[in-house]
Amino acid sequence: MPKIDSKKIKKLFPIFSKKENKNLVYLDNAATTQRPKVVIDAIKDFYETHNSNIHRGIYDLSEKATNMYEGTRLHVSKFINAKSSEEIIFTKNTTESINLLAYTLSDNMLQKGDRVITTALEHHANFVPWQTMAKKKGFILSVVPVKEDYTLNMEEFEKLIKEPNVKLVCVSAMSNVTGTIPDIKKIIKRAHEVGALVMVDGAQSIAHEHTDVQKMDCDFFVFSSHKMFGPFGVGVLYGKKQLLEKLPPFLYGGDMIKSVKETCTLFNDTPWKFEAGTPSVADVVAFKKAMEFIDELGIENIKKYEMSLAKKAVEMLKKHKQVKIIKPKNLELSGPVISFVIEEIHPHDIAEVFNKEGIAIRAGHHCNQPLMASLGIPATARISFSIYNTEDDIKRVDIALKKLFKLFKK
Amino acid sequence: MSDIYSEIILDHYKKPHNAGHIKHDTNHAEEDNPLCGDNIKIYIKVSDKKIIEDISFEGEGCAISQASASILTDFLKGKPVAQAKKITTEQMYDMLKIEISPARSKCALLALRTVKSALS
Repeated sequence: MPKIDSKKIKKLFPIFSKKENKNLVYLDNAATTQRPKVVIDAIKDFYETHNSNIHRGIYDLSEKATNMYEGTRLHVSKFINAKSSEEIIFTKNTTESINLLAYTLSDNMLQKGDRVITTALEHHANFVPWQTMAKKKGFILSVVPVKEDYTLNMEEFEKLIKEPNVKLVCVSAMSNVTGTIPDIKKIIKRAHEVGALVMVDGAQSIAHEHTDVQKMDCDFFVFSSHKMFGPFGVGVLYGKKQLLEKLPPFLYGGDMIKSVKETCTLFNDTPWKFEAGTPSVADVVAFKKAMEFIDELGIENIKKYEMSLAKKAVEMLKKHKQVKIIKPKNLELSGPVISFVIEEIHPHDIAEVFNKEGIAIRAGHHCNQPLMASLGIPATARISFSIYNTEDDIKRVDIALKKLFKLFKK
Repeated sequence: MSDIYSEIILDHYKKPHNAGHIKHDTNHAEEDNPLCGDNIKIYIKVSDKKIIEDISFEGEGCAISQASASILTDFLKGKPVAQAKKITTEQMYDMLKIEISPARSKCALLALRTVKSALS
């Protein structure tokens, strides 16, 4: 397998060669990654060569477009090792995937008094839908807390899973704030032992960790294309086929039906019954190129390279005494995401000074206010790595930090 | 307009004017930006002639939010309440003498919002 040559890889991403971005150090990959030329070209190629609507045209152009769209579905199923492509539903993003589940499970499989477990590590996308449904339908929502070392409190999980009527566990495979990787295997095993389903939010893990939904044995798995070098506007919901077949449709309209009479409608089969209306076809088609791009590099190579950067970044940050790192000490238990705070300097001021140095980082609550509240801080600054980041980027952060301290020295 | 971390902003942030809680305040208010965690409390002593006799603030947050509270309270001391109520966004930005990006407008305007809330 080839080793990661970040300088070579960086050249495959057009954004870094634009003159306005000459100085750019992009360290907000947990928010969205950049796109390689192959993905951008695939979008253009679709519109220029194959543009037509799918699943309905009796002409070559539409048949080809349909095949390309369904080709991506097949590729996704292989990428995450699903049993079949019929277990793959396209949505517009992770949030929509989770909402699809929140609505359809609440209508169909969950009842008043049932318990849903989520965790303090979750992005609002995997928290607010369940909290809202719990209020609407009378479910009990339990939240597994985070320990002082920023790992999930598995003792508390064990207590919560033993409560009666636990029907669903919703957990992130990697935190977008601390990079924490919970013990998903154990969570799934325990949940299944008590008869609960498990939904895993893979939005952060998908570009950094190998995903095998069969081995993991999760019931549902969700992620977005735009965090793995693919286009915006494409999300995925994986579900075990026998479960998806039991769920009602989420959105209603064209393309999700078999036949419609004035008095009743026969819905399409899974997964198409969940895909009402015209999807973002060109983006779905180009998404395949993003997965091929990852496959060519090898996800294990990517992980190894990014974690070596994360390790070096943590070492650099540790040299600055004012910096407090918000990340599990054992890097094996986390991904290439590093949050930090600095006493007496607000994260927005950190990000603003970094911006002046050409460094894009995220500052704020990262769509995770419950976690911020439990950590007792309003916000953090966050660095997140991808394959085009280099050791030079870490040196630039070091320089920016020194400038920040000088500027804010009392 | 100068760099966002101008000397004026940093001076006011590091050594804020009118910090603390004045005695005998007649009006006070507290406001925050929940998204970033900026928080400002304003205390005002209004005279019978509706003049701001004294004003102070307490708070925490980014340099912009805290410096703007320091600068605004300096400006308002001795001014009529009617004038304070009419201060516009543009006047606030002019006082700061820096370029405020849309992302930081909430930070820059928090103190003004709190003053208006105290006087309403």
